[in-house]
Amino acid sequence: MSYRERVVITKTSCLATGIYEMWFKTENMAKVAKPGQFVSVYSNDGSKLLPRPISICRIEGDELRIVYRVTGKGTGTEEFSKMVAGQELDVQGPLGNGYDVNAPYASKKAILFGGGIGVPPMLELAKQLNCEKDIVLGYRDELFLNKEFESYGNVSIATEDGSCGTKGNVLDAVKALGIKGNVIYACGPTPMLRAIKAYAEENGIECYISLEEKMACGIGACLACVCKTKEKDHHSQVNNTRICKEGPVFNAKEVEL
Amino acid sequence: MVNMSVNIAGVELKNPVTVASGTFGSGMEYGDYVDLNRLGAVTTKGVANVPWPGNATPRIAETYGGMINAIGLQNPGLDTFLSRDIPFLKQYDTKIIVNVCGKTKEDYVDAVEKLGDAPVDLLEINISCPNVKEGGIAFGQNPKMAQEITEAVKAVAKQPVIMKLSPNVTDITEMARAVEAGGADAVSMINTLTGMKIDINRRTFAVANRTGGLSGPAIKPVAVRMVYQVANAIKLPIIGMGGIASAEDALEFIMAGATAVAVGTANFHDPMTTVKVIDGIEQYMTKNNIADIKELIGCVK
Repeated sequence: MSYRERVVITKTSCLATGIYEMWFKTENMAKVAKPGQFVSVYSNDGSKLLPRPISICRIEGDELRIVYRVTGKGTGTEEFSKMVAGQELDVQGPLGNGYDVNAPYASKKAILFGGGIGVPPMLELAKQLNCEKDIVLGYRDELFLNKEFESYGNVSIATEDGSCGTKGNVLDAVKALGIKGNVIYACGPTPMLRAIKAYAEENGIECYISLEEKMACGIGACLACVCKTKEKDHHSQVNNTRICKEGPVFNAKEVEL
Repeated sequence: MVNMSVNIAGVELKNPVTVASGTFGSGMEYGDYVDLNRLGAVTTKGVANVPWPGNATPRIAETYGGMINAIGLQNPGLDTFLSRDIPFLKQYDTKIIVNVCGKTKEDYVDAVEKLGDAPVDLLEINISCPNVKEGGIAFGQNPKMAQEITEAVKAVAKQPVIMKLSPNVTDITEMARAVEAGGADAVSMINTLTGMKIDINRRTFAVANRTGGLSGPAIKPVAVRMVYQVANAIKLPIIGMGGIASAEDALEFIMAGATAVAVGTANFHDPMTTVKVIDGIEQYMTKNNIADIKELIGCVK
């Protein structure tokens, strides 16, 4: 079940250059939200029609927290970044499948990967997963949210410029530090997910990845946000599946990146 | 109590509001937000005789007051559609308009024949999709071919046939006359306007197909003008669409000559738009003492 709500913002702040957080109070959304799901956030500017799909970073009581990147001047995300507590927005959600924290594999030793703006959804997952876990976070340079992961597992950092942790990407950190796990959860840019998918296949590790794509409806009707699948998709009858509906979390071996 | 019912080719719609094909799936995904029983009709996403995989991604891009899409008519094919989507829609008290697409005349005829025994109220023939290389718009930009497709479909169709017109032509009335001559029972208009957006950061086209169909409030004045022109050129009923996001928008189309209207891109912005449009039209009629919506159809001469 998902909902359309006019929500009241309770807190906003800037976490790093161009990275913002927003907390808002919901009537129903937070009650049913799961880690890995997302919400559609609508601009208050009538010239911007489409929702901005943003992952859920935190579920606390009746509040949701989203952390997002401002994608440019005059964008919807820039509008959101200028909003303050007390202001209102249209939000729809929670949308998509999310991670299954009660699955049989969820008790296995896990590696959680977050890259860039793929870091935020891993926070609620780290909180809800009841297992031994290594958390590997990749950034270009500036860190954000990394401290908040520390109470949930062993946190390792990789930065492209080497300013913190391992110089390189998240898999460079895994190799450098000898990190091992029996199930992988990952969210981040496509090249990172492609590399993690290959790493998981080579090492025979179960792997769940969260994908993103441009969306129009966010609820599975418009078929804008599809990704290629190995097998014929049950709903679409072609080798294409809906990221917003069947995803955004997929078993890595079932999708082609 | 006002009378909002309208008649399209012998099919009575309880109110003039449907959805634009491709923006609403077959209604399943909108169940959390809209009571489908409220709609005059549900127009389903284009379906072909066999499954189509559609175009590469990205398939959409936002533009000022609108969007560009190049989905490429991805669809599960008629077998799945008939066994899954139609039984779903039959649970509701609304009319069913099935949008049919094809790459060749034979594809259209095959699909329409397969739909013959299905509990479907109206067929909408998509000869105007700008995003597929073969068929689609090719039939919608040449009056002779549009007439031929209409005749071929009409020869086998068991339901009334709506021809969906493209705005990407020099004179839309020429196309309207062609499908009327071909025996169409109604027209729907407009499909999207071919557009392009460049992503200056990636220095390439914003949608993988390079061009896509522009829709949304940005195109509404073009659509209203075309509905007015066609209403004055042919006798067939018109289902008007193109940027409708409110009752006020819908009333413009109706006054320009549309018998029914379709909400499209606005469904993405607010999934409850259809119901708000229906309620808004009713309020307008009550406030202005209009007993029957037929008084408003084409009232602006």
